[in-house]
Formats: sequence, structure tokens, C-alpha cells
Amino acid sequence: MEFGINSPVLFVLAGIIVAVVLAQSVFFLLKAWKRAKELGMSTDKLKRIARTAAIFTIAPAIAIVISVITLSKDLGLPLPWLRLSVVGNLSYETVAATNAESAMGLTFGKVAGLSATQYVTIAGVMTLSILVGIWLVPLIGKKLLTGVINLEKRDKKWAEIFQNSMFIGMISAFIGFVFCDVAGAFKGDYTGLIPVCIFFISAIVMVVCGLLLKKTGKRWIMDYALPISLIIGMAAAIPITAWLS
Amino acid sequence: MKKEMTYIDQVHSFGRKWNIFVMIMLLAYPIATGIIFKTGPDWHGFALGLVATAPMYWAVGIVETITYVPMLGAGGSYLSFVTGNISNLKLPVALNALEQADVKASSEEGEVISTISIAVSSIVTTIIIIIGVLLIRPLTPVLNSPALTPAFAQMVPALFGALAVVFVSKNIKIAIAPMILMLILFIAVPALNAGTVGIMVPVGVLFTLGVSRLMYKKGML
Repeated sequence: MEFGINSPVLFVLAGIIVAVVLAQSVFFLLKAWKRAKELGMSTDKLKRIARTAAIFTIAPAIAIVISVITLSKDLGLPLPWLRLSVVGNLSYETVAATNAESAMGLTFGKVAGLSATQYVTIAGVMTLSILVGIWLVPLIGKKLLTGVINLEKRDKKWAEIFQNSMFIGMISAFIGFVFCDVAGAFKGDYTGLIPVCIFFISAIVMVVCGLLLKKTGKRWIMDYALPISLIIGMAAAIPITAWLS
Repeated sequence: MKKEMTYIDQVHSFGRKWNIFVMIMLLAYPIATGIIFKTGPDWHGFALGLVATAPMYWAVGIVETITYVPMLGAGGSYLSFVTGNISNLKLPVALNALEQADVKASSEEGEVISTISIAVSSIVTTIIIIIGVLLIRPLTPVLNSPALTPAFAQMVPALFGALAVVFVSKNIKIAIAPMILMLILFIAVPALNAGTVGIMVPVGVLFTLGVSRLMYKKGML
């Protein structure tokens, strides 16, 4: 069989794996849904949560499709489709593909017509380098979560602070990232202010949603506050980028 | 008599099997490609590529597992570490769902809510990527258009602006010190950027836990 980066057999291979991952998500969804009902949660509440999660996911998922398009220039469609549906993200996949390509004397973004050997090499590097989480969660996940439960049994208040601190720690790192290029403004480069403006616009929209919720008591505002803030923030990036670039 | 498994025990039991199965399937992709096209890897390139990539991502993978599992819960962890995009999608989805349902992450209600939101998000993501792959020709010029590119480039600031309002306002005492530290670090250290923010998440988490513990001991929380 003649090799091509978009060979139909590669689509079949990637498709089988994506189908398995889809099945895993459906399996866990049904299992958690059933348990939620046993715990006395209403179908209406669960549907609202599922609907919000689905709507919120649309914009980030489209961003992932853009990543697939970016990587497909070098690697064809099946491999980026698989990599970004399972485990991966754009920054990791780009680094892994760049390293594997440069190890064979190729330049990322300028590759035309990979051979089967090169393709297998790149796919191997991309796969092996990212697998840690998949096997480590089965290995230590239960111990970690049992530790959290034991913490709660020992000191309930501290357990709650512990959990909130973890969330805040993660959010703080991303807030720092939003401001990482602001120093450029002192040298006349205002592009570093773009993410800062978007951050505050999205935050203001969220505050407005909160105030509207308090004033009107309409539950749908709470359900859609995050997707609305995300979309308005992203939409605002179009004129703000044009202004500050 | 055999003890009946709790819901959480079942999640761990099934989660382990699913994750190991998916791992084998993932490894099978390059192997099957090699068998079908009757070739092996370029071992020299493979070794060089792996040495350049794997050590950093293995270290990051270990730290991410320890950091994210307590936040994602059992079902959410097994799913998130298979489907990826944790910090920019799965964790925000779960946090928002917990907030929406008004349940604690460490409770069983929190566990099922986190799992449901992450599972739905994974399914929607997978389906949208499939649609994107099927419609790649007509979609490419639209999604790569100069008009839309800035919107997707600013997704992370838009996401964390909204999340920060919800969580920082509720935990203002806890949030001040880590936010100041991260702002100083990211502004002062040029190496800290989009590519390294993932590495800074565990740093932020550990620092926040340390400060919170200190404040808690001193009766400030």
C-alpha cells in the first residue's frame, strides 16, 4: 500500500481510537447520571448542568479544530485529529512534532511529503511523550483522592480551604500569564495589553451577569454567565487587537 | 461474602481499565501504521526526538496528575487525562458546574457533577473536532480568517477573566498573595509565557496551599 499522510487507512485507525474515547465519555456520563439520580438530584438540574457544559465547550472546541488545521499542514489530518482528540493540546503537539521533525533534519511548518518512516517516527514520539497522565491516574489517582477524603474527615474547614486554594492557585497562574507581556507597553509595543483588556472585559461581563441574576432572579443567567462572558470577551478581541496592534 | 463496591470504587475500577485500554490503543497507532506500510521508525530520529521531548513532558505529566486529580475528582480525572485540554477546558467546565450546582468538589454530589460536566464537554469536543475534520476544506478559510484569528487567540484571557471573578471574589483573602506572586513572576521573567504557564500552575497551587495553611493556623481564615 502506498503511503500518504492522508491515507484512508490512517483515518480508519484514528477513527477507531476516537470512537473508543467517545465510548468512555458516554460510559462515565451514564454512570454518573445514574448515581446523581440515586443521590436525589433532579433531572432538570442535571440537564441544566449538561447543557451549560455543552454550550461552554463550543468555542474552546473550535479553537482545537484550528489547532488540527495548523498541524495538518505537516502531518495530514488523521494524526492531528487523533492527537487533539486524545490527551493532547496544541502547544504540546507542536513541540513534540517540531522536535521529532528536527531530529530527522526537517523544519516544522515546511514539510512536504513525509515518508512512512518519518511519519511513524513522529507519531511514536508524539504518543510516547504525552502518555504519563493516562497510566499515572490509574496508579495513584485513588490514593490522592483518598487523601483528600481523609483530610475532610480530620478537619472539614481546612479541607474546604485546601480545595479552594488549589483552584485559586491554578487561576492565579493564568492571571499572571494574562499580564506576561504588559512590560512591552513601556517600549511602545501595546500588543501585551490585548489579553489584559480581554481579561477585564470578560470579568466585567461576569460581574454584570451576577448583578442581573441578583436583580431578576432568573436562573438562566447563572447557567449561561460563563459562556456569555467567554464569547463577549473573545468577540471584543477582534476590535481591540486591531486597535492595539 | 464479597463486599459490594461503592460508586467511587466502581469509578476507579472502570477508570483504570478504560485508561489502560486507551493507552494500548494509542500506542497501537504508530505500530499499526508501521506494520501496514511495512516500515519501522527512524530509530536515530526517534531517540533524538524522544530525548528532546519526553523528559520535560513526563515531569510535567507527573506534576499535573498530582495537581489536577484532587480538583477533578475520580471520574473527571480518568476522563480528563484521556481527552486532554485540562486547564483550558475540562477544569473550567467542572468548576463552573460545581458552582452552578452549588456542591462541594470533595462531596459525592461534587464527584458526579464534575464527571457529568467533563463527560459532556469531552463528547461535544470530540463531535466538533469530527465535524471540523469532515468540513476542513470549507472551514479552513473561515477559521483562519484574519477577522476571527484574534478572537481565538484571546480565548484563555476571556475564560480566566470570568472564572477569576467567581472564585477570587469568594476567596479574596486566599487569592491576594498568589495573584501578586504570579503577576510579579510573569511580568519580570521573560521565559514565563503561554508555553510555560502549565508548569506554573503547580507552583501557584503549592504556594497558595502554603499561604492558606499559614493563615489558617494563625486564625486568619
